[in-house]
Amino acid sequence: MSSPKAQLEKLPRSIQAILVLGAIALAAFPLIPLTGGEFYLQMLSQMMILAIFAMSLDLLQGVSGLVSLGHAAYFGLAGYALAFLTPADTPISLWWALPASALGAGLAALIIGFFVVRTHGIYFIMVTMAFAQMVFFLFFDNKALGGSDGVYVNFRPDASVFGWAGIDLENKTTFYYFTLLLLVLVYAFLRRLLFSPFGRVLAGIRVNEHRMRAVGYGTFGYKLAAFTLAGALAGVAGFLWAAQTGYVNPELMGFHMSAHAIMMVILGGMGNFAGAIVGAFAFEYVMHFFKDLTKHWQLLMGTFIVLVVVFAPRGLLGLVERFSSKRGKA
Amino acid sequence: MDFANFLIQLLNSLQYGLLLFMLAAGLTLIFGIMGVVNLAHGSFYMLGAYLAWFLVGQLDSLVLAIVLGTVIAVALGWLLEWSLFRHFYHRDHLDQVLLTFGLIYIFEEVRSILWGDDVHAVQVPEVLNWSIPLTDNLSYPVYRLVMSGVCIALALGLYLLISKTRLGMKIRAGAFNREMTESLGINIRLIHGVVFALGVALAAIAGMIASPIASVYPGMGSSVLIMCFVVVVIGGIGSVRGALVAALLVGLVDTFGKVLVPQIAGMAVYMLMALVLLYKPEGLFKQ
Repeated sequence: MSSPKAQLEKLPRSIQAILVLGAIALAAFPLIPLTGGEFYLQMLSQMMILAIFAMSLDLLQGVSGLVSLGHAAYFGLAGYALAFLTPADTPISLWWALPASALGAGLAALIIGFFVVRTHGIYFIMVTMAFAQMVFFLFFDNKALGGSDGVYVNFRPDASVFGWAGIDLENKTTFYYFTLLLLVLVYAFLRRLLFSPFGRVLAGIRVNEHRMRAVGYGTFGYKLAAFTLAGALAGVAGFLWAAQTGYVNPELMGFHMSAHAIMMVILGGMGNFAGAIVGAFAFEYVMHFFKDLTKHWQLLMGTFIVLVVVFAPRGLLGLVERFSSKRGKA
Repeated sequence: MDFANFLIQLLNSLQYGLLLFMLAAGLTLIFGIMGVVNLAHGSFYMLGAYLAWFLVGQLDSLVLAIVLGTVIAVALGWLLEWSLFRHFYHRDHLDQVLLTFGLIYIFEEVRSILWGDDVHAVQVPEVLNWSIPLTDNLSYPVYRLVMSGVCIALALGLYLLISKTRLGMKIRAGAFNREMTESLGINIRLIHGVVFALGVALAAIAGMIASPIASVYPGMGSSVLIMCFVVVVIGGIGSVRGALVAALLVGLVDTFGKVLVPQIAGMAVYMLMALVLLYKPEGLFKQ
């Protein structure tokens, strides 16, 4: 069966406008005096973190056509890395904990990728899921690694530069802006990557891997590199998640988390990273909405997912694009 | 490990492997013939176990419960195929993953609404509730033996159905070349419905017969689903024979892993999978 069609590689004006407006709204949000503002600040931070996570998956799913059903493993591993790196009585420096956690997640992705990247299509889906589950049980079953209860992150990382404590991540607003900054940076990096020779090869692999090999590209290496990079970026998101919540547990690496990331990418639209951001926000919003509505939220969530698959396989941005191109013609 | 102990572990691994085979066979059959990847397969196992618990409470007989439960599972499978899955045969695997993931949520909640979130136990039927003594202090429960027997009988039935009957011939033809089969006047839609219902029924039966030895609890489908994936990946996707060999292998590695090297027991099966993938990225019996 053909690999999923990526879409909207070159973003139409309407979608660029949505992104810019969204970024402005996110930047301005902490300035609005709102009752329960801190709660919303935290919620939006989480959505931005998940957006980074979804973008990292989109590099595999939308760009390279590799649907990983185990991407949460790298998200969770980086979170655990922060939890275990942080000493019991003092915060750890952000400037080496973040790269170390992301590299650790990337390394895990490199090792696992060596096995999974050799497989194709549905096999890839199953094998990524199985390996992620192995990581899940490694932590779930081992008391030394926190077991099913998880581990607390004793302190938020310390982001001071040579004694200047201007960036204080304990402050919710500062953390919010720090996350926003990383969201923008990761987006810019991935967009740049998409149009680099490396990105073009990945897109070529999605369209027809055999042809790419025939042309002379070592597709295994390219796919492995993409898998590793995606793992490391998922690690950035996982690190932020652990830093924000101050707590990690095996659920972060679980099957539902991985499936949610896939859902976010689909919901927004694949292959351009903008969709992943929109999808992450939309998905989280819908989930919160259903959870507030009823204790049987899973029924609504399941129905919602089924309806999206049936009726909007190209995602929300696909709808926006269709709408705006129709108006353009008229 | 002395002989009696070894025998017990061997029987346990056989029983676990055969149970896994029932599940993996349905999964791989549905994939091999319709090309559908079904994440909700574990949910059918869970529904089977809950059905067994509920029906035993109503009917006071495990055998009757399994018979009635099988009928319900077949009906459910047929209904799902007719209403949802047939529209997804030509869609991307990604869409199928999402559809069935959505179904997991729906099934979990329906289960919660109908039967609550408690953990339940099902009594072993009186007739089978005894053990065969092996040594002075070791014995083997008869129910587990009967379980293995039922699994073997069903596996044999499945084999005969697919390789010896007219229906099986049509199923194989449909998997091989859908258009050609259709143009020969065979009702392929009906065949798909039958295969899907069969897969669902196998998963539900596995859940029902396993309910007396394993507790019945929410979310019990997901760990089983992942083991099924491991089995299918090792055996080679779409191959029922591969699923049998892989399931028995997984049963052995898991059971003896727990006894011999408990430190890595949870991971032993995945190591087996990694090893197989290293040499055969397409599984042992790739068709």
